[in-house]
Amino acid sequence: MGTLKNTVARTAACRRCAAAAALLVLGACATTESPKPSAANANANANANANPYLLVNRLTWGASTSAVEQYKQQGWQNYLRTQLHPASSKLNTEVQAQIDGMTITKVPLVELVQKMEQMRRDADAQKDDEVKKTDQQAYQQELSRLQREASTRHLLRALYSPDQVKEQMTWFWLNHFNVHQGKSNLRAMLGDYEENAIRPHALGNFRKLLGAVATHPAMLRYLDNDQNAVGRINENFARELMELHTLGVDGGYSQRDVQELARVLTGNGVNLTATNAPQKKEHQGWYVRRGLFEFNPGKHDFGDKVLLGQPIKGRGMDALDDALDRLAAHPSTARFVSRKLAVFWLTDEPPPALVGHMAQTFMQSKGDIAATLQVLFNAPEFAGAAGKKFKDPMRYVVSAVRLAYDQKAVLNVGPMLYWLNRMGEPLYGRVTPDGYSMTAGAWDSSGQLATRFEIAKAIGSGSAGLFKPEGPQAQERAAFPQLSNALYFQHMAKTLAPDTARALDQATSPQEWSTFLLASPEMMVR
Amino acid sequence: MQRRHFLAATATLPLAWGSAQLQAAGSGSARLLFVFLRGGYDAASLLVPVSSSFYYESRPDIALAKPSADLASAVSLNADWGLHPALRESLYPLYQRGELAWVPFFGTDDVSRSHFETQDSMEMGQALDGHKDFGSGFLNRLAAVVAGASPMAFTDQLSTIFQGSARVPNTALKSLNKPQVDGRQSDIIASMYRNTAWAQPVREGFAVRNDVMRELASEMDAASRNAVSAKGFELEARRIGKLMKDNYNIGFVDVGGWDTHVGQGAATGYLASRLDELGRGLAALPQELGAAWRDTTVVVVSEFGRTFRQNGNRGTDHGHGSVMWVMGGGVRGGRIAGEQVAVEKATLFQDRDFPVLNEYRAVLGGLMQRQFGLSPAQLAVVFPGAKGKDLGLI
Repeated sequence: MGTLKNTVARTAACRRCAAAAALLVLGACATTESPKPSAANANANANANANPYLLVNRLTWGASTSAVEQYKQQGWQNYLRTQLHPASSKLNTEVQAQIDGMTITKVPLVELVQKMEQMRRDADAQKDDEVKKTDQQAYQQELSRLQREASTRHLLRALYSPDQVKEQMTWFWLNHFNVHQGKSNLRAMLGDYEENAIRPHALGNFRKLLGAVATHPAMLRYLDNDQNAVGRINENFARELMELHTLGVDGGYSQRDVQELARVLTGNGVNLTATNAPQKKEHQGWYVRRGLFEFNPGKHDFGDKVLLGQPIKGRGMDALDDALDRLAAHPSTARFVSRKLAVFWLTDEPPPALVGHMAQTFMQSKGDIAATLQVLFNAPEFAGAAGKKFKDPMRYVVSAVRLAYDQKAVLNVGPMLYWLNRMGEPLYGRVTPDGYSMTAGAWDSSGQLATRFEIAKAIGSGSAGLFKPEGPQAQERAAFPQLSNALYFQHMAKTLAPDTARALDQATSPQEWSTFLLASPEMMVR
Repeated sequence: MQRRHFLAATATLPLAWGSAQLQAAGSGSARLLFVFLRGGYDAASLLVPVSSSFYYESRPDIALAKPSADLASAVSLNADWGLHPALRESLYPLYQRGELAWVPFFGTDDVSRSHFETQDSMEMGQALDGHKDFGSGFLNRLAAVVAGASPMAFTDQLSTIFQGSARVPNTALKSLNKPQVDGRQSDIIASMYRNTAWAQPVREGFAVRNDVMRELASEMDAASRNAVSAKGFELEARRIGKLMKDNYNIGFVDVGGWDTHVGQGAATGYLASRLDELGRGLAALPQELGAAWRDTTVVVVSEFGRTFRQNGNRGTDHGHGSVMWVMGGGVRGGRIAGEQVAVEKATLFQDRDFPVLNEYRAVLGGLMQRQFGLSPAQLAVVFPGAKGKDLGLI
C-alpha cells in the first residue's frame, strides 16, 4: 500500500488550523518546512527545521511529549549524535526495578538453561502418567514465563529508554536474525540472545554482531546447526546465513557455496550439560567451549573449503571467522543490509541511490551500523519522507502507548502482548527465519485495521489494564490517557488531514476524541 | 456401491483438463474450507488398521478394539479400516451418506518431524528443495487464481497458508468479543480514511465485523430461547458455516491440541475427547451451510502423523504419514481413497511411522483442480512444480 493520499498538505493543514483555532486553542500555524536543499549539510538543516513531532515520531518508537522535549533541547545534530552513540540507557527507577527483578536478569544463561534441563529430565523420569503430565506442564510454563520476561523487558525499553534508535535497532536485528521461541528450549535463551548477542552491537559493528549471533546457542539450535556434523551435513544455517543474514537471495552465492559453508559450520553447536564433549587426543587442542556454545572438533570437517570462489583453510573453529569475515565484507551484504535498514526506517521501496550511498559507507566503515544510519538520517530523502511508512503492529502499539502515557510507566505490559498477538506480531513469535515483514502489505489487511481500531478504543477510553499489576493482591492504579496535550496542539494538530480533523470534531467525549486520534490514518504511518 | 466401484477404478487416472473444465462449469459457488490440526494428530487412532495384527502388537495400551457390538470398539469402514468410536455418532453418518472420505498415507516428504518446520513448509506448499518464498502460502495463491474468490481466515493472525499477494481478511471466531467500536464510531473512523489508500480495507473490516456480529446475534437469540448452545470447536464451526454460506468461498481455520506424547487414551481419554469435539464441529457444517453444502468441500490435514508404536508413556511421538479428511456435499465419499499398502512392520517408514504414499501437494492439487476447475497453469501457481493427482474425491 502506498502513502496517505491526503498527507499533510501544508495549505490544507493551515486552513484547518485556523478554523479550529478557537476550539482547540492552537498555537501558531506558521509552516516550518523549508525548501528541499540538495547538499548533505543543508539537509541536516531540512531535518532541523522539520516539524519536531514528525521527526521525533520517525526516530523513536513513537513521539511523546518528553521525547519531543529532549529533541528540542538538543537540536538535530546533537540529538542524532546521542541517538547513534548512546552513552548509557537510563531508565526510571521503577522500570529498572521491574527489569532487575526478572529471572533473565538475575540468572546467567548457563545456569538458567541447566536448571531448566534438570526440570525437564525430572519430569520425564516420573513414572506416573498424571504426575509426569503435570511436571511437564510446569516445565513448559516456566519456559513461557521466561519468554514473557524477555518480551516484557523489550517492551519496557521500547516505551521508556531514551536511547530510542538503539532500542529500535535491537528489534530490527532480532528480526533480521530471527529465532522462534517455540523451538525446543529457546524460550530460556531469548533473554540472553537479545541482551548479549544483539543489543551490545545494535549500533556497532556488523561483523561483531554476526559473530555473536552465529555462535549463540539460540541461533545454532533454531537453525539446526547443532545437528550439523561432518558426514551428516545440515545446510539449514549455512543457507540462511547467506540468504537472510548477509548476502541476500540474489547476492551471488551458489548451492555449492551453501554446501561449503555448511562444512565450515560443522561442529559449531550447543552443549546444554556441564560436561565437555569427550575428544580424541588429536582433537583436544581444537576443542572450544564458551558457555553453552561448543565447538566439537569430533564433528567438524577439517578439510579445506572454497567459499565464494576463494579458499578457506581448514583450521577448526577459526575457519568460521574467516567465512564470516568474507560474508560481512561482501558488497552484496552491504547492499542487502543497507536496503533493509532503509526499508525499516524510510519507505517500502527506498530509492536505490540512497541505498547505494549507505552501502558505500557500510563498506568503507567495515560495517559500522551507526555510520550507515547517519547517512540515511541526513539524506534529503529522509527529510522528505514523513508519513510514508506504514507502521507494523509493534510500532502501532508502542507508539500509541507512548503518545498516551509518555513516561508514566505502565505496570503491566500484558495488554500490549495480547494486542501484538492479536495482530500477529508477537515478540520472538515469527516461526520462519526470514523475520516479520517490514512492509505495509503484511499489516494493513481489513482484519488488521479493524483490530487496530479496537485497540485505539481500548487505549483511548481508559487505562486498558496497563496499570493493573499482575498478581492476586495487585491494586490497579488510576490512569487516563493524555492525548489532548501541548504536543498535540503545538505540533501534531497541524499534521492532520481535513478528514481527520472533521472526525475529531465529531467526538462527544474526551475518550472518543482520543479513540479517533489513535484510529486516524496519521497514527498508522510515520 | 456401483458408483463407488466405478470411482475406485478411475481413481488413479490422471486428471484430464477437459473434465476439470466441465466440473468447473457449475462451480461458481464452489467453496473450500481448510482445517489444519496443529500438533500432528494420531492418525492411526482415527483410521484404525483393524486388519493389522502388527497394529495391536504395537499399541498394547492405546489400540482401538476391532469392530464389534461394543460401542467402544472401532466402527467398521471396510475390511482393513475402522473409525475411532468417538466419531460414531457425528461423522460416521456422513461417511454412510457418501459425503466423507479419508486418505491414509497422506503427508509431506519433509522429514524434519518438527511441528513448526513441517507446518510451515506445508502451508507454503512449495517444493522442498531450493529457494523458498516464505511470505507465500498456497491458499493465498489459490485465492489469487480463482475467479471470484472471497477468502477468509478464521484466525487471529494470517497464518502462513494465507499469506501472500492476494488480500485476505481475517477474523477469529473462537471467542467473539463484542466489538467496542460502535456503528457511529465506525462511520466516523471510515470517514477519516475515505481519501486514503486504506478506504477499501477499512470499510471491508467493518463489514466483516458486522457480518460476524449478525451471526452472533442469532446465536444469542437461540440462547435466550434456552437452546443448547454449542461449545468449543462446534461453536466455532457453526459460525464458520454461517459465514461461508453467504459470504466466503475459501476459508481456513486451525485447531490445536493434538501433540499427544503422554497418556493419549484409546476409546476414551484425551485424544477421544479431542476427536469428539472436532467431529461434532465438522458434522455441524452441513447443517449450517444448508443448500450450499452441495458445493462445499472441507479438507482436514495435520503436519504429520505419529509413531506407529506407542511410546513409554502410553502416548505417541512425532511421526510421518498422516490421514487426510475430505468431506462435502459433492464429495465422492464413503470410502478410503488414495494409494495404500498393508500396515505391517515392513511397510513402515524408517521402521517407525506410516509412509507417505499420497503427497499432499499432488493430492490437494488434484482436489482443487476438481473443486475450482483450475487450469494446469493455475495449478502451477498454487503448487509450483507439483503434478495434480486426482483421487476422484469430487
